[in-house]
Amino acid sequence: MTAAATIRIQEADFDIAREIAGLTKGRTDIGAVVSFSGICRGGEGDERIAALTLEHYPGMAEAEIARHAERAMARWPLTGLTVVHRVGRIVPGENIVLVLTASQHRQAAFQAAEFLMDYLKANAPFWKRQESADGENWVEARDHDDEAAARWTQS
Amino acid sequence: MKVKYFAWVRERVGKSEEMVEPPPDVKTVADLMAWLVKRSEAYAHAFETPRVIRAAVDHTHVKSDTLIAGAREIAFFPPMTGG
Repeated sequence: MTAAATIRIQEADFDIAREIAGLTKGRTDIGAVVSFSGICRGGEGDERIAALTLEHYPGMAEAEIARHAERAMARWPLTGLTVVHRVGRIVPGENIVLVLTASQHRQAAFQAAEFLMDYLKANAPFWKRQESADGENWVEARDHDDEAAARWTQS
Repeated sequence: MKVKYFAWVRERVGKSEEMVEPPPDVKTVADLMAWLVKRSEAYAHAFETPRVIRAAVDHTHVKSDTLIAGAREIAFFPPMTGG
């Protein structure tokens, strides 16, 4: 069965167990589900974070995630794929992003989940604004996120 | 064409989107940035380091030498920090 990707951008939190159940319900062709959750950290080194506010580019964000979902499905034999990305204000401990990949065997699911997260970090149009004791500032992109995405074009 | 701005580019420009009609000699994404910069201090501030600004034409990432003829929506934003 060919996978159809579920892609959602929402302010509300998501329930990982419910998302997995939605992906696997009634299916007997799935032998592995890999789940990645990105969670808001409470700090980085000595710096405490009060909250993150995520902004996105409506329309392009969905399109960009869909493009990467298609690439993942073309590259690995996936039987299911879910990406949920939250926007708005998120406090430490809360979920930010969910990637679920399903396949008959674990290797494809593990690799596709990692590929998707690396590409989303570097290419999906979302921006984090951080609230801390020093005020508010935009989170700076990290070079290693671009490098993480680039390694998938080499292997 | 519609131009959209996100994150700190949006804050510095002072608006999230606008309609613009650049002259015919504005042919590429880089030309459009250079043309916007001449409008005011706010745009000059937003685009003061052009190499860090990313662009998209009709929801697709593009390089700065991309031609803008026929584009409906062009967006400028900083490097992405989602996920």
